[in-house]
Amino acid sequence: MSTTVSQIDEVKTSPWSGGRSPFNVEYGKIMMWFFLLSDAFTFSSLLIAYGALRFSADVWPAADKVFQSVPGLIDHGAPLVFVGLMTFILILSSVTMVLAVEAGHRNAKKEVLGWMIATVIGGFMFLGCQALEWGHLHHEGFWWGSVPPAEELKHLFTGGKEAVQHMTSQEFANLFFTITGFHGFHVFTGVIINIIITVNVLKGTYEKRGSYLMVEKVGLYWHFVDLVWVFVFTFFYLV
Amino acid sequence: MSSAESHEVHHDGEHESMSKKRIWQVAGILTLITCVEFIIALAIIPSHPNLLKFANPVYIVLTLLKAFYIVAYFMHLKFEKMGLILSLVIPIIFIIGLILVLTNESHHWVDLRPAF
Repeated sequence: MSTTVSQIDEVKTSPWSGGRSPFNVEYGKIMMWFFLLSDAFTFSSLLIAYGALRFSADVWPAADKVFQSVPGLIDHGAPLVFVGLMTFILILSSVTMVLAVEAGHRNAKKEVLGWMIATVIGGFMFLGCQALEWGHLHHEGFWWGSVPPAEELKHLFTGGKEAVQHMTSQEFANLFFTITGFHGFHVFTGVIINIIITVNVLKGTYEKRGSYLMVEKVGLYWHFVDLVWVFVFTFFYLV
Repeated sequence: MSSAESHEVHHDGEHESMSKKRIWQVAGILTLITCVEFIIALAIIPSHPNLLKFANPVYIVLTLLKAFYIVAYFMHLKFEKMGLILSLVIPIIFIIGLILVLTNESHHWVDLRPAF
């Protein structure tokens, strides 16, 4: 009996010949990636709508004039300082999340726990800052469907008629609260998910399972939230 | 940074992708880019208003650079299989398409705005 296998009977082992994930990624993780892609579409649609409305307007409120305060410390004359702090907090909480993932690869439960708690704290700090920012703008008179009176809007613009200033300020307020609100909602759900994962780490769920893959999956979501903020920050505060 | 490096001695090279040192390097790059954006917005533009038209393209390039570092290193996409990378990056064409369509469209909205 011949031991040579004819070519047609050979077991194919290429990535796409079946029996395993061709991407070499676990199912839940790949689904998280595609969810994030769909979420990226949603955020892009919102931001592109903002861009289109802004392009079509003659005048637009200047961001460094709108965002002038550090709530509780400086009332005026500190453009973009507070949002800089928020950006830094979110980047830092993203870093603690990668460190949690990195510790997970080594099955170092204590380290994962510590970095996850740091990430949750970072998330709460960001949410707190955003609440202060919203409160400040609302106090000034901006909200969905309402803007400050004309004489208070004047200093946000370099020109344009009063009626146009009123209209674009209203568009700015609606878009700002909708988009940062949608992002803030993502941060909030991210914090909730992070807390659940942290509790599971504490209980030893992943230690028993032998892998901290779940931390990687929520990590993807958390980095995505940071990624979106990078764009929101540029298009609302810098451009 | 130095404390992270001292920890790293025990387990470097174990993961081909993201060592602690690499993580802090990427974090440093992200912070640096953000600082550059602030310097442009708060120091360069107020004193040189004629450079304003160059500012926005620079912001967008810097933002895309930050996005690359977050997705490639923090989200680990750079180290995944090419098939997964392509299946996530190619659909971005739809976003670029919407940008092109709506920026073009917005030039016509100017005429639709009420004349006060």
